Amino acid sequence: MFRGLKWRFIFYAAVTVFAILLLLPTLIPELPSWFTKVIPTEKIHLGLDLQGGMHLILEVESEKAIESFVERVKNNLKDDFKDKGILVGKIDREGTDQIVFEVSGEKEKWEKLLTDRYSMMQEKSSTALEKGIWKVALVLDSRQAEQIKKSAIDQALETIRNRIDQFGVSEPEITLQGTDRILIQLPGVKDPQRAINLIGQTALLEFKLVDDEGNIEEALRGRVPEGDLVLYQRSVDPKTGGVKKTPFLLKEKTLMTGDVLKDARVSLDSQFHEPYVALEFDDIGGKLFEQITGANVKKRLAIILDNNVYSAPVIQERIAGGRAQITGRFDTKEASDLAIVLRAGALPAPVKIIEQRTVGPSLGQDSIRKGIISTLVSAALIVCFMIFYYRMAGIVADIALVLNIVLTLATLAIFRATLTLPGIAGLVLSIGMAVDANILIHERIKEELRWDKTIRAAIDQGYHRAFSAIIDSNLTTLIAGIFLYQFGTGPVRGFAVTLCIGILANIFTAIYITRWVFDFITLRVGVKKLSI
Amino acid sequence: MELIRPDTRIDFIGKRKYALLISTIVILISLGSIFLHGGLKYGVDFAGGILLQIKFSKAVDISEVRNGLETIGSKEAMVQNFGGENEFLIRIEKSSEDLEALSKKIQTSLQEQFKDKTLEIRRVEVVGPKVGKDLKQKALLAVLLSFGGILIYVAFRFHTISYGLGGIVALLHDVIVTYGAISIFEIEYSLSTMAVILTIIGFSINDTIVIFDRVRENIKKLRKENLAAVMNVSINQTLGRTILTTGTVMMVVLILFFFGGPVIHDFATAMIVGLITGTYSTIYVASPVVLLWDKYVTKRMKRR
Repeated sequence: MFRGLKWRFIFYAAVTVFAILLLLPTLIPELPSWFTKVIPTEKIHLGLDLQGGMHLILEVESEKAIESFVERVKNNLKDDFKDKGILVGKIDREGTDQIVFEVSGEKEKWEKLLTDRYSMMQEKSSTALEKGIWKVALVLDSRQAEQIKKSAIDQALETIRNRIDQFGVSEPEITLQGTDRILIQLPGVKDPQRAINLIGQTALLEFKLVDDEGNIEEALRGRVPEGDLVLYQRSVDPKTGGVKKTPFLLKEKTLMTGDVLKDARVSLDSQFHEPYVALEFDDIGGKLFEQITGANVKKRLAIILDNNVYSAPVIQERIAGGRAQITGRFDTKEASDLAIVLRAGALPAPVKIIEQRTVGPSLGQDSIRKGIISTLVSAALIVCFMIFYYRMAGIVADIALVLNIVLTLATLAIFRATLTLPGIAGLVLSIGMAVDANILIHERIKEELRWDKTIRAAIDQGYHRAFSAIIDSNLTTLIAGIFLYQFGTGPVRGFAVTLCIGILANIFTAIYITRWVFDFITLRVGVKKLSI
Repeated sequence: MELIRPDTRIDFIGKRKYALLISTIVILISLGSIFLHGGLKYGVDFAGGILLQIKFSKAVDISEVRNGLETIGSKEAMVQNFGGENEFLIRIEKSSEDLEALSKKIQTSLQEQFKDKTLEIRRVEVVGPKVGKDLKQKALLAVLLSFGGILIYVAFRFHTISYGLGGIVALLHDVIVTYGAISIFEIEYSLSTMAVILTIIGFSINDTIVIFDRVRENIKKLRKENLAAVMNVSINQTLGRTILTTGTVMMVVLILFFFGGPVIHDFATAMIVGLITGTYSTIYVASPVVLLWDKYVTKRMKRR
């Protein structure tokens, strides 16, 4: 089917037109709507180093999620033992996933409790000490642990997505990388520092009672009373920038956490016009809050975020209706960010930022400009050179070259691949290498002509002989490019992509398209002497 | 137009002993430079740390920036000029602290100190140590696997190991010399530089294959000549193409070198070196290896 001149032309022309259509969104900003319905592409996707933005890789510390889970199990176990009247000494969490305790009484009684309600903890060891006391060590079932880790990561992904949604970045990309890393790309983000704070905060909201009876000085010296802990309130003086840390002695037990929040909004205090965050609890939270406030009137309730005390107001009376306030010396931005993280929910485990790359928009613009100049100047130089050295055959090669660029860019557009600065370098490089194929063919044709072959035979032999060299050499560069794609990230991956696509486009244009032109010239136009 | 007269008969292969000397010297210089510098200057990608690219609106001397960093306590920060006049690159190689917090501290402090000169933070890169180590391993793997893939492909296409071997030895030569150049010119070894290495690998083998392809063809045609003569003829025949192709790619890389901006500039420098040795190695490393193999191995097998 493709032997005929006409059919080949139709095919190549169709491909070219299609490629140009794919590129139109990038070149023309405003296209009529019927166009976008038929050809479903968008502008070429620019990498962060060209459009500016932030790239983050977070590692979810899923081990901590297991720790928290086991901690909660321990607390529940303590309460259950008390309810059932089983005498138990200290219960401690050991390591990430173990609980050890000393219990007295009938073995069957506590074993039954464990099998009934704590099947996720397996009995690792139980040693009988004297006087009917058993020392028991429990360990978290490994499958359960895996489950917790996995759901922690999924939840972290979801929560971060919620936060970023509310932050308002256009086209953010949030994906899971490997088993426990999250990749976030925020193109065009204006305030990268604020984004980092918003994303990286664990945002665990807790309510604990202040222990007004305990001696805070003693605690600060290291003698913390049983069941208490010391946390600080960190305040920054806006004028001097100095940081002040005020200690609070609190009862360890967390009465309520942020997962009962229904909503959190920023409001302005009517008296001083200072921003505060208004909390609204759901039904469970509302009732719980009512209970807590009712039982602890005149005591202070500390509102804690990520182990940092925000405020500790006195409970004046039982509060029904499920509302509360967080006040502090915020500005509106801080209050609004706090509301965002509270609304989106706490991260199930802390996240650590292990990689961050930010490119400012001005650098991005600069890079685009330099990239375009380089591409245009290189292409122009090569076009001139080819005409100068190979004359008419050079024009043929130039047609192939231009098509090569068009096809490469169109492929990028259709596969939504990203163009980065090294990617532009890859494009320029593949332009340089593209001419190699043409040079091989032309030199071979010249040789055949020197050996007095006819024009048609020379062209035939030229392409035939050069073909294997072209394929071999391009394929080996392709192999290197593919490995680079696998192992590179971000901008370098962009380089590998444009290089590989450029090579494939090159094989197509250099061999098939130029062959058509030569055939057309010699067969249809009837040129007798080749200007090469 | 003809750049090379069709009947040139330069004796390339005959001069290979001189070339061996040159190659050995160049490789020693490369390895020596790397050794003296204590390894390559790993960029933030591989070593972990912080990179800041900053620009001032008014003239600032590099020592002012250094002093500014010292007052925060970042004495071990490396500062260099980058790109334009008032643009600097700050690099801090650290693996222990909370890098994110340190980066923030430095940015805010510098903003404060140079308030009247409008500091613009153009680019920030913070890479944790584990990520860096991961990447180093991956990069090495990529290079090794490319070598392997190429060797297999060439052996498959040329049916004898000697061509593949010649190609690989030429590649090794080029990679060492390119790394040497990276070390001598004190170019930062980052992911982009690694991309150069992989591209050079592609280009070098590209070049080698074109010539070997011609050798393969000529062996069939010139049955009477010995391998060395055939190689000479092949190299001479493809000389035009070799010069032109290397020339056009070099032209393109030079444009990147001058117009591509500072990030691409380093990339282009390494590419230029790689291009030169890529072409050189085809004639004076790959071919001699094939000749040696032919002389000692094939002949010995024939004798048996």
